[in-house]
Amino acid sequence: MFIDDTIAAISTPVGEGGIGIVRMSGKDSLSIAEKIFRSFKGKNIRDMKSYTMMYGFIIDPKTNEKVDEVIISYMKAPNTYTREDIVEINCHGGVVAVKKILSLVLQNGARLAEPGEFTKRAFLNGRIDLSQAEAVIDLIRAKTSESMHIALEQTQGKLSSKIKDIMNRLLGILAHIEASVDFPEDDIENVVSSKIIKDSREIINDIEYLIKNAETGKILREGLNTSIVGKPNVGKSSLLNALLEEKRAIVTDIPGTTRDVIEEYINIRGIPVKIIDTAGIRETEDIVEKIGVEKSKEYIEKSDLIIFMVDSSRPLDDEDYEIIQLIKHKKVIVVINKIDLPLAIDLDVIKSNFKEENLVFASINTEKGIEDIKQKIEDFVFSGEVKSKDIYVTNVRHKDILFKAKESINKGIETIELGLPLDIASVEYKDAYLKLGEITGDTAAEDIIDRIFSDFCIGK
Amino acid sequence: MYFAGSYDVIVVGAGHAGCEAALAAARMGCKTLCITLNLDSIAMMPCNPSIGGTAKGHLVREVDALGGQMGIAIDNTYLQSRMLNTAKGPAVQSLRAQADKKRYQEYMKHVLETQENLTLKQDEVIELDVKDNRIVGLKTKNGAYFECKTAVITTGTYLKSRIIIGDVSYNGGPNGLFPANELSDSLKALGISLRRFKTGTPARINRRSIDFSKMIIQPGDERVIPFSFMSDNIDRVQIPCYLTYTTEETHKIIRENLHRSPLFTGDIEGVGPRYCPSIEDKIVKFPDKERHQIFVEPEGENTEEMYIQGMSSSMPEDVQIKFYRSIPGLENAEIMRTAYAIEYDCIDPQQLKLSLELKFIEGLFFAGQINGTSGYEEAAAQGIIAGINAALKVKNKEPLILDRSDAYIGVLIDDLVTKGTNEPYRMMTSRAEYRLLLRQDNADLRLTEKGYKVGLVTEERYQRYLKRKKAIEQEIERVKKIVLPPSEEVNDFLRRNNSSEIKSGIHLYDLIKRPEISYEATKEIDKDRPDIPFDVAREVENQIKYDGYIQKQMQQVEQFKKLEQKRIPEDIDYNDIQGLRIEARQKLSKIRPQNIGQASRISGVSPADISVLLIYLEQLRRKKGE
Repeated sequence: MFIDDTIAAISTPVGEGGIGIVRMSGKDSLSIAEKIFRSFKGKNIRDMKSYTMMYGFIIDPKTNEKVDEVIISYMKAPNTYTREDIVEINCHGGVVAVKKILSLVLQNGARLAEPGEFTKRAFLNGRIDLSQAEAVIDLIRAKTSESMHIALEQTQGKLSSKIKDIMNRLLGILAHIEASVDFPEDDIENVVSSKIIKDSREIINDIEYLIKNAETGKILREGLNTSIVGKPNVGKSSLLNALLEEKRAIVTDIPGTTRDVIEEYINIRGIPVKIIDTAGIRETEDIVEKIGVEKSKEYIEKSDLIIFMVDSSRPLDDEDYEIIQLIKHKKVIVVINKIDLPLAIDLDVIKSNFKEENLVFASINTEKGIEDIKQKIEDFVFSGEVKSKDIYVTNVRHKDILFKAKESINKGIETIELGLPLDIASVEYKDAYLKLGEITGDTAAEDIIDRIFSDFCIGK
Repeated sequence: MYFAGSYDVIVVGAGHAGCEAALAAARMGCKTLCITLNLDSIAMMPCNPSIGGTAKGHLVREVDALGGQMGIAIDNTYLQSRMLNTAKGPAVQSLRAQADKKRYQEYMKHVLETQENLTLKQDEVIELDVKDNRIVGLKTKNGAYFECKTAVITTGTYLKSRIIIGDVSYNGGPNGLFPANELSDSLKALGISLRRFKTGTPARINRRSIDFSKMIIQPGDERVIPFSFMSDNIDRVQIPCYLTYTTEETHKIIRENLHRSPLFTGDIEGVGPRYCPSIEDKIVKFPDKERHQIFVEPEGENTEEMYIQGMSSSMPEDVQIKFYRSIPGLENAEIMRTAYAIEYDCIDPQQLKLSLELKFIEGLFFAGQINGTSGYEEAAAQGIIAGINAALKVKNKEPLILDRSDAYIGVLIDDLVTKGTNEPYRMMTSRAEYRLLLRQDNADLRLTEKGYKVGLVTEERYQRYLKRKKAIEQEIERVKKIVLPPSEEVNDFLRRNNSSEIKSGIHLYDLIKRPEISYEATKEIDKDRPDIPFDVAREVENQIKYDGYIQKQMQQVEQFKKLEQKRIPEDIDYNDIQGLRIEARQKLSKIRPQNIGQASRISGVSPADISVLLIYLEQLRRKKGE
């Protein structure tokens, strides 16, 4: 709980639009920006005047790599929305860049804003009229219950059980150090530094794994890998065009991939989806025997989601069966196309191989079923893991927490390796535990004490 | 009933809380009365014969730094002294001294008897007189009525106490003394909610019946560090303790007789402390542990009674005799006092303010074990604060509230008042967020100024503090200015201390920061080092060596203080605040936190609730400004 540290958030809608803004508010805004910004003309950001902009690049200070080309605007307190120093980073790389810039800002000293926090600060600092107070409270309440809802869903998820496992191991380290500190004369097994370092490293590995693999986070960073498969002429290209809608302009050929396979990024309800159109393979190689099963397999393996298209006006043939065998173990949406034509397909075969709820009946040419397909894609991304538009923020929050917890454990190891007493390192471990507790709602002091008494026989 | 006099402050009870409360109030110039059931039980230690220990030693030093008596009393009457955790960091090192129980009591009683403004009386307080939600007086068993402006209740474990020894149980206070059976009902009638806690103590055995050759001797430290900042050199001959262990036979006897233990038959309803389990508890909960440590400690110089630490029990007497005698060295043990469990009434401390005054009765303060704590040191810590605040109340001044970044005392009281406790509360260093700042070695630097401001710290103590503070600051300044050259002498010194050599000049200050280099050792390369006292040198070293960690915690404290300084008006009505969740509303209404920081520590109050509360307070402020 802080009231005047520096907060940051993405202030543009996620996943939509070509530009994004990362906003910071608080006294360290400018100095945080300084760490990650290089002016195009070599100017110093510290010399910026209030209400001016500067053009340059965001770089990752650890690798010195350019992240994006940006314009920074600076508004000096008190004449700002929050009455605190505000820095806004306008970037134009879409989702990937905005997200990367936000995490750089967080890694360099900012804290992710709580729901409604910019407005809250505006009010507390006298910027907003008294009559708006109720609205501020409503905003905090509404956003909090929304994110609590998400948090609740996540506590039942895999991520949460993994984090609880990590916390449990951290607590084991903490309780051992603390028991030996608070009960030096009790018969407690010696705390061995090398064991703590080994355990800490294992915990760090697990945290890093979580950071990398927080699944939805990955989807949002790289796009949901989706392959459209099906034999020729079932309507794959039509589906692709239909999904692209008027945003056709953003379609790009990603260089470096097989020329015959097209990867296209589209935005479906805020989710970046990378669609691999395998149609290309077939059309350049007209011999059916040379389908290049291996190549198709490779794409199917890489995909998070398969859209399998069949033509309902034709019976299933060997080619369909072959594809069914290839994709059976994947997450699949089956699009049964051309339902405006007389039905010739054996639906029972489809139903015996795929879940009924994943079937979509469509007639792409008449735009029937397109919305259903989009809905299915969205359901897939958010199923059981996350929900609603806050998914993005929530994951940034988790990543931020995981990152900061990792940093604390690293400092703990450093402290021990320097030869300083364990009770000093334990301060760092406690920090890490408290950080992770922000995800699960656990608090340190009582947890440690409970653990001491359950792990060790203590007392006069 | 007759009118027996009028006092500014009346302290009920003269245990470790009562003594500090009475002395503090009297020393601050209030006309003070201290009433106790038995004058011979002033400052009695009914359990272990020692003062201090981890975190508890910190509390004693803090009480001392504020101008309390406990530290001076133990420095005058200790039998053995040890600094615990010397292999660990400075923040968790704690003093513990074995006490000569009787001499400690005698010493403290005499201090109370000779204290100006303080009257001591043996009697039992049976009823509190409250008018218009304010304490105005109290009645005693002997028929006296005393008028008062404030009162401090420090009745320890005496309220409706019950002694349990196996299947035997009777109403009785600790150590064979009388219980106080009537005051509980008066408290209840005033609307104060009570609960029942339990604790226990081991047997006392005659030294002549113990074979020490089968035990390991535990001597005291060679260099004794005093508890009190007022004590100089207090070296004297120390009396050893002894270590032995339970045996398989001990565990067998206990297991076979578990059906006779009231803990397991359900005869004890009170909640006992987890850190102070009875021996039967330990054996049941940790069945794989082959043996448990038993420390045999002297109770005094002029007594043969020995305290058997680690073996508290509520087993029947005949079982006790058997299992005590199964321990190496105790085969022929002659038990002089039987181990017992004691159950007693205490109050739910969430009814108190941070000043230890009851929320709904003005002028009525509570301190010590009645607040649900355990330990002499925890009691003394609350006692001095309750005494100070009762006196400040009489003088119409703001109470002294120590927060979690000021002192362990602040952590203790905030925990009790804000979170409550489900078992007798014991202080532990892991309860303190800002542990690196709250060291036992700097208690005076943290608190003596505050004690001086409220008028408890004497001029003599204050001058000593100023002198020490200046000496520390000067030495650090001096060390900061010294640059050592990469000379052969310096590098030779570094080699001998297993430290890496230097190629260019280095500040002595930075050299002391190296974990392997002590301030003391650098004396040989620091030619102009002045002759400074041992305690000053230790403080200098700690402040330099842990500077980075200390700075980090100080930054955290800065954030913490901002929330702590946001006061919540006393008359706030949480039902008026739209947007608070019902649970938060109920908890806030019950605890009535005094500031936003305290509110944020209440379980069930979320950060969003705090945001709503902040906005409400801002609304209120602006409306008032209009």
